[in-house]
Amino acid sequence: MKHSLFSITRRGLGAAAISMLLATLGALPALAATPKDTLVVAFAFDDIITMDPAEAFEISAGEIMGNTYDRLVRFDVADPSKLYGDLAKAWTVSPDGKTFSFELKPGLKFASGNALTAEDVVFSLQRAVLLDKTPAFILTQFGFSKDNVKDRIKQTGPLTLTIETDKSFAPSFVLNCLTANVAAIVDKKLVLSKEQNGDLGYAWLKTNYAGSGPLKLREWRANEIVALERNDSYYGDKAKLARVIYRHVKEAATQRLLLEKGDADIVRNLTPQDLAALAANKDIRTTSTPKGTVYYFSLNQKNPTLAKAEVREAFKWLVDYAAIGDTLIKNIGVVHQNFLPVGLLGASTENPYKLDVEKAKALLAKAGVPNGFKVTIDMRTVQPVQGITEAFQQTAKRAGIDVEILPGDGKQTLTKYRARTHDIYIGQWGADYWDPHTNADTFARNPDNADDAKSKPLAWRNSWAIPELTKKADAAVLERDPAKRRAMYEEMQADFRKNSPFVMLYQQTEVAAFRSDVEGLKLGPTSDSTYMFKVSKK
Amino acid sequence: MRASNVIGRFLLVILLTYLGLLAVTFFIGRVIPIDPVLAIVGDRAPEHVILRVREELGLNKPLWEQFYIYVSKVLHGDFGTSVLTSNPVMQDIRRTFPATFELATLGIVIGAGVGVPLGVWAAVRRGGLVDQIVRVMGLIGYSVPIFWLGLMALVVFYARLGWVGGPGRIDVVYEYTLVPVTGLLLLDTARAGEWQAFGNALSHLVLPASLLGYFSLAYISRMTRSFMLNELAQEYVIAARAKGLSETRIIWRHALRNAMVPLVTVIALSYAGLLEGSVLTETVFAWPGLGLYLTNSLQNADMNAVLGATIVVGSIFIGLNLLSDLLYNVLDPRTRAMTQAQ
Amino acid sequence: MTGKGAADGAIRRESLHDWLMSDRPRSRRQASFGRAYGAWRTFARNRLAMLGLLIVTGLVLTAVFADALSPYSPFIGDLRTTRLLPPSAAHWFGTDDQGRDILSRLIFGSRITLFVVVLVAILAAPIGLAVGTVAGYSGGLIDATLMRITDIFLAFPRLILALAFVAALGPGIENAVLAIAITSWPPYARIARAETLTLRQADYIAAVQLIGASPWRIVLRHIMPLCVSSVIVRVTLDMAGIILTAAGLGFLGLGAQPPMPEWGAMIANGRLYVLDQWWVAAAPGAAIFVVSLAFNLLGDGLRDALDPKTVK
Repeated sequence: MKHSLFSITRRGLGAAAISMLLATLGALPALAATPKDTLVVAFAFDDIITMDPAEAFEISAGEIMGNTYDRLVRFDVADPSKLYGDLAKAWTVSPDGKTFSFELKPGLKFASGNALTAEDVVFSLQRAVLLDKTPAFILTQFGFSKDNVKDRIKQTGPLTLTIETDKSFAPSFVLNCLTANVAAIVDKKLVLSKEQNGDLGYAWLKTNYAGSGPLKLREWRANEIVALERNDSYYGDKAKLARVIYRHVKEAATQRLLLEKGDADIVRNLTPQDLAALAANKDIRTTSTPKGTVYYFSLNQKNPTLAKAEVREAFKWLVDYAAIGDTLIKNIGVVHQNFLPVGLLGASTENPYKLDVEKAKALLAKAGVPNGFKVTIDMRTVQPVQGITEAFQQTAKRAGIDVEILPGDGKQTLTKYRARTHDIYIGQWGADYWDPHTNADTFARNPDNADDAKSKPLAWRNSWAIPELTKKADAAVLERDPAKRRAMYEEMQADFRKNSPFVMLYQQTEVAAFRSDVEGLKLGPTSDSTYMFKVSKK
Repeated sequence: MRASNVIGRFLLVILLTYLGLLAVTFFIGRVIPIDPVLAIVGDRAPEHVILRVREELGLNKPLWEQFYIYVSKVLHGDFGTSVLTSNPVMQDIRRTFPATFELATLGIVIGAGVGVPLGVWAAVRRGGLVDQIVRVMGLIGYSVPIFWLGLMALVVFYARLGWVGGPGRIDVVYEYTLVPVTGLLLLDTARAGEWQAFGNALSHLVLPASLLGYFSLAYISRMTRSFMLNELAQEYVIAARAKGLSETRIIWRHALRNAMVPLVTVIALSYAGLLEGSVLTETVFAWPGLGLYLTNSLQNADMNAVLGATIVVGSIFIGLNLLSDLLYNVLDPRTRAMTQAQ
Repeated sequence: MTGKGAADGAIRRESLHDWLMSDRPRSRRQASFGRAYGAWRTFARNRLAMLGLLIVTGLVLTAVFADALSPYSPFIGDLRTTRLLPPSAAHWFGTDDQGRDILSRLIFGSRITLFVVVLVAILAAPIGLAVGTVAGYSGGLIDATLMRITDIFLAFPRLILALAFVAALGPGIENAVLAIAITSWPPYARIARAETLTLRQADYIAAVQLIGASPWRIVLRHIMPLCVSSVIVRVTLDMAGIILTAAGLGFLGLGAQPPMPEWGAMIANGRLYVLDQWWVAAAPGAAIFVVSLAFNLLGDGLRDALDPKTVK
């Protein structure tokens, strides 16, 4: 009897598939834990778009650069105000404060085997300025431009070089900027050998590696994996483990499962609930560090109601900081009402505001809107931002302010914010380098409030015209005495707390959970100071 | 002469479809409220960098001109570079699509392989307990959020029981030993004879594929039931019974065969839907597939990547729909006669 | 003419039931009423379909009387005291991450959810049905063109449309309905076409053609009604999918704006708490499942009732 192909296939297929599955599953070895010489980190790094230190600016790329590229100086993670020489053996500052001279350590090598000399250092810094990508401003703010950088940054000997700034800035400011990724040292010979059309190796370095750090980049598959390997040519203590693999895992719950099962050694993006649940697990520990990132929401001064001073202040009394601090941001943030994150020179720890609906109502009445008003807020649909916004919506309602939430994706809301078409925007700002000017530059400076301004700091995005405060910020960055400088920043923060259209909410705490056999993990205050090469496994 | 006319007209229609898809996606993409320059330069970039990059991307040109430039490049095989990965778009897709393909194919095999028999059973035992159980089981798979099912499945089968591999396509150990050729891990490991790696890849595939299979099973089983009920009510079934044919033969050889005609459409639609990639499944299982790629590109207005992925997805739908139309001719002699007569 | 108003005596009065169930209807109106009544009887005999109808009715009533039924406000919660509480006597389904009672949110959310689901079904299904039947019956170039347009809509990334809608029309759930409807009709079209292809060979279609009926009439009055049943099955299955799709668009702004208690948005929020505070996503998930089941039972019942081949 002829059986149609169909009937056999249909019925047989299911049975065959299932039995094949069962057979193979039975043959599986139980390879649950990660290999001994490999560190597996579960991390959401879909923000990486380039591996060129002259271009990279996002958080995840920052961490990779921090582990794979060296620079002239680094700061001590335990005490960021202390700097030590990474590639530099010693440095001096001229009396007029404008010339910095560096002497490099001898015998340095790149991972490629090429020697690392002052020529590479000069090339790297000049390259960053010449390419003029996003993070170049960290260097160009010292007066470097395409025309003068070859004269301002000069090699003076095989292992010596000088850097000449246009003004006499606070030395700590200049040196801290040199710890940033944009000032990472790249292999001149290797990079130029891959140059196309005079691009200084830009197209090649986007997805490749030319550094000298303790770990070297083996492969980057976007949104999938970043594989790092120990660099045996590194001048200092070699990396403890042979390999460090970052796995892109977006979902916090998935990260947690990986950690619990041992398929990841370190996970980085857990939520407060996950952290609370893992507290009972004996095999898992956590470590946390205050980050240089502050969260806020800001009131667009183009909106006439929001421009009133009393209304601005009223908003600051309409956030339940304490409740948010104890629930929504527990373990991942600390209430902080200033624009300088704790850890930066001059950061204030005054947090005068708390939830006080009556006071807010009184202020609104004084402002002429006793019955409240309607306003919109652009919110990113991520936690804890969404939770905080919804909580704020409720407390604002008690004073009669009707807040309509306009949800959107990250880039979506950012586009609107930068176009100044928002009412209220809830956002965050992370330090680009470890100096107070990084935040003062954006919160307290607005040189030009016009629509077509050349620079668009956060103050500009909220149309906050502040000529006086701008002058103060400009003066503070040139002040060379640390004590005086601190006082200036404290004064600025006091003024800011009272008058700004920014309602500062909290400072981020970065938390990592790891298996108990992992040692030496310390999260740095900036993205590029989390050193995986110091981590080992028992 | 007639054949080349038909083929020519056919190709023209396909070409116009692609063009239409590209045009619609392109123009809508240019009006979405996300600044594509943002993804490239980030939030910190000075104004002059932004203006320079905007110029470099050609975003200041009029829309029609931009579209024309894009289409001409495509016709030369250049699908542009993704701003997010700095790789040519087709290279990215060649990396992400196999992941989705493997998952979707295994998923539809499970979904159709289990769903069709279940649907037939439910139709034959209409109104009975089997019918209701199949209905409820199917509905659970279709109406419960897939991220919930996925996470629960991971918790039970991976974390607690340890029966299957976890999120990700393969264990980290194999990262250094496996050289991907096609990107289909099952195929690559089998060809290389790496049976341990094969087993490992399979163990990682099982859970998400079963999930997708379960999800499509609901729909396929319901539609099978519906089509089978249509068929079983036809006169030829009564006639066949009167002739003395066995019930099994009637159901499987005759009724199902006729029900396959519209059922093929259903299965093809399901498969194409799975091939599109599910962002939620890929997020939960850390699966680097097309769904994540497309969504991430869209959220950053990386239009080259979006358009490239759309072309691929479009090809899948067009291809599968044409295939199912072709299968009609094979399966249904009436349709065959119709098209021959035309 | 016999009828209800006829005098007693020689002509026996027909009961309404007899009139409707008559084998020989005397007017077209009587025939169509009779068919509708017959369909209702078939439907009513199906216990499961009646269960589905009951649940759907319950849903509608819940939506209408939400204010009276819900124990707390769906919008007010306290972060400190009532956040993420497990189900208890005070909060039957627990509380969410803003401290709001989930049961109350479910009750109020039924309004929005019903609105979204019904509207999308009403918009998308007829379009799909029309396109599919026309394509299947016409064949040739019309078929090819319509199917390729369908392919365009199928392949088109829904998210792009959502973003464009947000840009053009602003955020909100109404615009989500439009976006989902515009991208939901293609599967219905494909199914309708597939059925049409098998149906157009049938004898009664040939018969109607012989009588001289125009193609439009054939498609509209003969083919479409036969395809309706499978489209109905698909639509009722899709109810849950529509809600979940709306939830999936919410992160782009095209969906329920917080603090709206739309079920899909509640599920999306509950995603972060799945492992430990399972009730946050479980309650709306169960609600969606129950509604989906109800519509599915209803749809099956309708299908059986409308199928002219079922014995009445």
